[in-house]
Amino acid sequence: MILSTDARLRALLGEVLALPPARVAAFGPDTELFGALPELDSLALGNLLGAIELRFAVTIHDDEVHAEHFITYGALAAFVQSKLAG
Amino acid sequence: MALTFAGQTPWRLLIVPALFDEAPRLRRFTVEVMRRLAGAGIASALPDLPGTNESLAPLAAQTLGDWRLAMLGAARHFGATHVLSVCGGALIAPATLPGWRYAPVSGGTLLRTMLRARLLAAREAGRDETSEALLARGKADGLVLAGLAIGASCIAELTDAIVPDAAQRDITHEQLGVTSGGLWLRAEPGEDAAQADALAAIVAVGLKAGPP
Repeated sequence: MILSTDARLRALLGEVLALPPARVAAFGPDTELFGALPELDSLALGNLLGAIELRFAVTIHDDEVHAEHFITYGALAAFVQSKLAG
Repeated sequence: MALTFAGQTPWRLLIVPALFDEAPRLRRFTVEVMRRLAGAGIASALPDLPGTNESLAPLAAQTLGDWRLAMLGAARHFGATHVLSVCGGALIAPATLPGWRYAPVSGGTLLRTMLRARLLAAREAGRDETSEALLARGKADGLVLAGLAIGASCIAELTDAIVPDAAQRDITHEQLGVTSGGLWLRAEPGEDAAQADALAAIVAVGLKAGPP
């Protein structure tokens, strides 16, 4: 079964945050991530970025490593989509 | 110091732990795998790497080379017949000991993750650091990454450390056949019974099947 980018990203977030699928399915564009969730600290985000690179076959550059891309689910999804668009 | 489980079979597994920031996140899983192996009569030992856990040595003085020697010594001390490494442990496992490497990862990847964490935190605090500058500094003076003081030689080694050709077989996370992701991804240390069951089973079956 081929999942959409959004579905795959939600699945990855579910793994990182140890949340059941139903909870992650409820994430909206304004759902706060980095900075709001105490467990999603800079190290967790470092791991998330590595996992995004592997799962979506993209390379994330230093100058893209800014909190603003990860502050909400919407921002994160937009970031991944832009990486995939090349 | 080491955590050991006794066994009744002739197999004795040296367990080489995950490294640096991954160590606490993988520890529970590692111990759960050992517990299951013990249930199958297989003895195992999980040493503390010098500079970690109960070790009194400073982490900043450690190198991957030191850790490789320590794992060779531990293998000898425990009479290990096989080795199971977890994640970055593959970088320091005794090369000639047969066994398995679960989710092996290169030093570069470990370093990149920790550097990114530092970049994010620095930028949040209004300091613009670059990974090139941090690496250069790290190779000269050592660096604090993920709250760990890592020495200059270790930083240099990590940059180039790749999973070597060795007597072990690799087990990818996908080969565990579980739906949950690798525990190194979790923001908080966690556990997963299905993953521990799966890895212990692969190792136990492999030991009983004998050399390939």
